[in-house]
Amino acid sequence: MSESIRTPLGKVRGLGSAKKGVEHFIAQRATAVALLILTPWILISLIGAVRGGYDGAIAWIGEPINAALILVTIGAGVHHMRIGLQVVIEDYISKTSSKLSLLILNTFISVLVFVAAAVAVLKLAIA
Amino acid sequence: MAQSGWTDKRPMSPHVQVWRWHTTMLGSILHRATGVANYLGLILLAGWLFAAASGPEAYSAFERVASSIPGSVVLFGFTVSILYHAMSGARHLVWDMGHGFNPKLASLLGGLMILLAAVGAGAIWIAAGLAPVSLEAMGG
Repeated sequence: MSESIRTPLGKVRGLGSAKKGVEHFIAQRATAVALLILTPWILISLIGAVRGGYDGAIAWIGEPINAALILVTIGAGVHHMRIGLQVVIEDYISKTSSKLSLLILNTFISVLVFVAAAVAVLKLAIA
Repeated sequence: MAQSGWTDKRPMSPHVQVWRWHTTMLGSILHRATGVANYLGLILLAGWLFAAASGPEAYSAFERVASSIPGSVVLFGFTVSILYHAMSGARHLVWDMGHGFNPKLASLLGGLMILLAAVGAGAIWIAAGLAPVSLEAMGG
């Protein structure tokens, strides 16, 4: 008796659960809760920052509390958008080569966005 | 079928065009569409931070593009998009807990969210001094 109800062919093809579904589901919602708190803060703060031109912007970003919260917001946002777009790609792109290319590109862009924001904020906050 | 590259012979769910449009369906599509739009918006926010860190010249170049008409349209769209996605996302969390499935209430809230996103974005732009109208002109 087999312990699994999967067919031998199904096992050979190796498709099916990647055992990451629950982690993905929870991460999407945990980052959503974080963003519901952080987004109103960043929208309201940005209003003041963009009104002050360049000097206003660097003063706002350079404040340690703002710098920390900006990076937390970008971090939660990048994680939320990466796993969100992953689902969109998986839903609409059926061709394996295109799907894998887009999933990798999605990860590359996400990492690049976070690193660029982190370098910028840390430069202004520490200098 | 041969041209689409789709080889799965199992039946597919009906395509979007066979459904009569209703508010919750529009809301669901908008949630996904605004999610993708917010992806681009977050890239712009990171770009703004990077421009600020790069110095006054890079910052004023960013400001010039952002305050142009196409730039303003994109940024206003992003403001609407983020407000809608946040409200709709909050409702998804409520739905996850098993509440809010009454069809009339769901449709009413869906329509209200679309309206609130547009009005809220307008209010934010006026408060930020980005809109063509000022608070003073509105007696605010």
